[in-house]
Amino acid sequence: MNLSKKWLKDYVDFDATDKEFADALTLSGSKVEGFETEGAELKNIVVGHLLQIEHHPDADTLWICQLDVGEDEPVQIVTSAQNLKVGDYVPVAKHKSVVAGGHHIEKGKLRGVLSKGMMCSVAELGLTVHDFPYAIEDGIFVLGDDCKKVPGMDIHEAIGLNDTVTEFEITSNRPDCLSVIGLARETAATFGTKLNVKEPVVKPGHGDVNDMLKVTIEAPEKCYRYVGAVVENVRVKPSPLWMRERLRASGVRPINNIVDITNYVMLEYGQPMHAFDLRFLKGGEVIVRNAVNGESITTLDGEVRELDDTMLVIADAEKPVAVAGVMGGEYSGIMDDTTTIVFESACFNGASVRRTAKKLGMRTEASARYEKELNPHDCHRTLNRALELVQLLDAGDVVNGAVDCNKVVKEQTVLDFDPEWVNNFIGINLGADEQKKILEALDFEVKDGKIYVPFFRNDIEHKADISEEIARFYGYGNIPNRPLSGTANAKLTDRQKLIRQLDSALIGCGLTEIYTYSFVSPKSVDKIRVPENSDLRKFVVISNPLGDDTSVMRTIAVPSMLDVLSKNYNNRNLDAALYEIATEYISRGTEELPLEKQSVIIGMYGKDVDFYSIKGTVEEILKNAGVYGYDVVPVKDNPTYHPGRCAMLTIDGEELAVIGEIHPDVSEAYGFGTRVYIASISVEVIEKYRNDRKTYTALPKFPALTRDLAFVCKKEHTVLELEKRISNAVGSLLEDISLFDIYEGSQIPKGMKSVAFSLKLRSNERTLKDTEADEAVNRAIKALNELGITLRS
Amino acid sequence: MKQQLENIKAEAAAKIAEVQSRAELDALKIKYLGKKGELTAILKQMGKLTAEERPVMGQLANEVRSYIENFISETGEKIKAVETEKRLEAEAIDVTVPGKSNALGHKHPLSIVLDEVKDIFFGMGFNIASGPEVEWDYYNFEALNIPEDHPARDTQDTFYITEKMLLRTQTSPVQIRVMENQAPPIRVIAPGRVYRSDAVDATHSPIFHQIEGLVVDKGITMGDLKGCLEAFAKSLYGEDTKIRLRPHHFPFTEPSCEIDVSCFRCGGKGCPMCKGEGWIEILGGGMVHPKVLKTGGIDPEVYSGFAFGIGLERLVMFRFNVDDIRLYYDNDIRFLNQF
Repeated sequence: MNLSKKWLKDYVDFDATDKEFADALTLSGSKVEGFETEGAELKNIVVGHLLQIEHHPDADTLWICQLDVGEDEPVQIVTSAQNLKVGDYVPVAKHKSVVAGGHHIEKGKLRGVLSKGMMCSVAELGLTVHDFPYAIEDGIFVLGDDCKKVPGMDIHEAIGLNDTVTEFEITSNRPDCLSVIGLARETAATFGTKLNVKEPVVKPGHGDVNDMLKVTIEAPEKCYRYVGAVVENVRVKPSPLWMRERLRASGVRPINNIVDITNYVMLEYGQPMHAFDLRFLKGGEVIVRNAVNGESITTLDGEVRELDDTMLVIADAEKPVAVAGVMGGEYSGIMDDTTTIVFESACFNGASVRRTAKKLGMRTEASARYEKELNPHDCHRTLNRALELVQLLDAGDVVNGAVDCNKVVKEQTVLDFDPEWVNNFIGINLGADEQKKILEALDFEVKDGKIYVPFFRNDIEHKADISEEIARFYGYGNIPNRPLSGTANAKLTDRQKLIRQLDSALIGCGLTEIYTYSFVSPKSVDKIRVPENSDLRKFVVISNPLGDDTSVMRTIAVPSMLDVLSKNYNNRNLDAALYEIATEYISRGTEELPLEKQSVIIGMYGKDVDFYSIKGTVEEILKNAGVYGYDVVPVKDNPTYHPGRCAMLTIDGEELAVIGEIHPDVSEAYGFGTRVYIASISVEVIEKYRNDRKTYTALPKFPALTRDLAFVCKKEHTVLELEKRISNAVGSLLEDISLFDIYEGSQIPKGMKSVAFSLKLRSNERTLKDTEADEAVNRAIKALNELGITLRS
Repeated sequence: MKQQLENIKAEAAAKIAEVQSRAELDALKIKYLGKKGELTAILKQMGKLTAEERPVMGQLANEVRSYIENFISETGEKIKAVETEKRLEAEAIDVTVPGKSNALGHKHPLSIVLDEVKDIFFGMGFNIASGPEVEWDYYNFEALNIPEDHPARDTQDTFYITEKMLLRTQTSPVQIRVMENQAPPIRVIAPGRVYRSDAVDATHSPIFHQIEGLVVDKGITMGDLKGCLEAFAKSLYGEDTKIRLRPHHFPFTEPSCEIDVSCFRCGGKGCPMCKGEGWIEILGGGMVHPKVLKTGGIDPEVYSGFAFGIGLERLVMFRFNVDDIRLYYDNDIRFLNQF
């Protein structure tokens, strides 16, 4: 909402600079986005009186003008404009002046003749011919009688380009503040001054409106009230300067006196209005009804709009003439030869207007107000204001009376006046009289312990709402701050503790955290070769996505990680080690919210990175989290991964993690020229199996014995298999077993490998004898022999 | 004999003085003091002395022995010091060569600030709550006093899954979920992802993060809201920070406010960061609307509360001077490694 200061001053007087005004209104609840003085960039432009005009000796199209600009000597200016005559008053941009667009004007010579400035067109003053209808576009702006024709007078003052416009951000609960009077009320309450609003007065006219206009409301649930009046002998012409100025300051283009009156009243009262040409209302009839499917209307902006039966229209006996509350039809609008008009001041259901405007893709000044639910109470008053202006502007002859249809008497909201409750709720101590004063300044009536809420405030329905009115004029800044008191036992949940631990372990392992979008392209699963029938393709689908690339919630966060890795790879970042604790969304149909599960996704590439580095990282993370005793199973059939370089970690049959090098096809799809490793660990499964209550084991009292053993086995045998067998065979004496070498090559038969372990044996009860250790080793060798695995000789 | 002892003393002293290495010194030690050494050899002659001479010579011999012993020992110390010095000199390295590190990873800037915010509120006794990102319309709108066709819905362009299911546009639905599951006193924050169908640019992202706060108890006032959030602002930006509340409108709080902090760069004088205002808006809040308390199963006649919502991305932008929200989600490691 752009507010003209000149207009505001009609209704409220206050003493403040523009900045003080902006700050004060912001702090009392009407947020100021900014303010601007009209024509601020125009400098050193004054009114000039054209004294003499003669042909340039060397150019047929140029004129040499002598102008009185209020100085001792006339100023000479050369122009190519052809619309000037002696006696005209024009804007003169003198030597060293600035015109619209920030262009600097200096004296100079035109075809050898000195020109000490420039005469301006409306455009050069930042205006249009709508602001001064008698001006022409491609010539000098010759000031009319509505301007002050004083040579040398600053142009701002001379043409009324001296208003200050304040831009407000009005919240959706306050449609009453989308008006000059609404903001004047807030201003008066803020500065403690008086609001001067007069009831509009319409002088008696002629005839009876009921003889000329019939209104029927067929959809009363969407039209709470419809008030219509008629003006005959309309004299369509430009509005006076003061009205054009105010419309311009409010950001509305002046058109003609009738249209301008409807816009003026809307800006002033916040109640949209419309004017129809009665000629084009078939049967002299207004019918408020739902549109019929298939109907269409050409709106004032020249667009053809297809209507449907959810949309409310204003129709005549045959066809729609306006989309109710949104925009009028082109056909029935005001034209130069219009003689009889109907003014409409109506109240429509906000939701209906909102839906219609949205469907038609046209949000107008009118719909923006209606959709916030206006009150039907003031329809007649605003209609009267329009008629008053018709008489003031001599724009036509008012027909007596108004057709007032479906006058819904809305019950006034009445609340208890409870100053103590307000004080306790806000944390202040403000007397009842003071509270009453604030409310009365806002046109609430306080009487006999009750608050009578004005009709235009349909946002007020509870004592909490009253407390806000009190608080914002008491001043939010004046409410004493109080530290929170009472007891509070903050503690982290198990999951929160786990996430904290995982984060620090992951970062400790050299991984950097990333944040990725939770919605992805449905094709993302194609890129990682997810099979057609996989559950990972059962997405939670966004019905109105920004684009295909962000149209489904991810079921697996691996593609998000690969995207980030690939971006980094393309940016020539040579190494990357990243992680995200990502949410994945598993659909459970439309009657249940999706399952949102968390996974730790790790991604790596780089010169020192291989399968074992990522596996080592995962092992560290799991150890740190207290997850032990998981199985490692080679996975050959996960299509995302290299079939020979992928493992699944399982615990108690549940999938704990998948680790692998990505499949060459996946790598190609993402454009990698390097091997990329991914791990995905289920946070849920970690949480389920972790032991976060570690206990101390006494340090050993007796020495350990170590035995190193190398075995020769088939390549297919896994290290884990051997380890497990050795562990079982050795039994409780085995404190630790660690792999220290794997060898394939000339010393070993083809298809075989040598695997060497170091065994640490210890008893907690006694010093082990060498013979005991040897026996244990023999048990291990025997157990492996059963599989055809022999000690390397 | 006396002369012999004197000679040994003089000879030993001269030789020890010339010694250059530990090995030479050890050889001298054996030569003079060893079992077969020269001094021992002389002492073996003691038997030939008279009873009067014996104690005198004995004393002299002991003096000579201890003189040589001391001298060897002192020299040994010196040689050791010299040798150590030489070794250390030889072992000198270029300490300006960069260290070998087991590089730590980097926390994402959003997490850095979020963790800080969590810690501040945790310190004030707030638990950390969470709720689903794919949410029912009911929790995201209806229960928060935003019925269908409410104009406030226009300002939050919503991604819908079905007519009833959507991606939450705010963390406020967690307020309702907390109230449904917990009786007052309530003191929680709920950080999380939220979604709005904004096209991506330097200041808009369709995914961003909010931190919701909710306090419900007997006798909670707007003064508590101010006190609590001022304490938060001071913890985050320093003791000199002030807050300013501007009236605003949210359907689920009444009274509602937007909260500015005094610009932490210029201290409120006005600078490019605060666009000359001296204030920077960081959060919105208000007293929980009685209707919302009721919907959450809490009697508004007995309890009152306040709620607030903080935009995490904005906090992080101000903290690290990041001017483009897209950087957070691009995850270029050249960006991430700066934190």
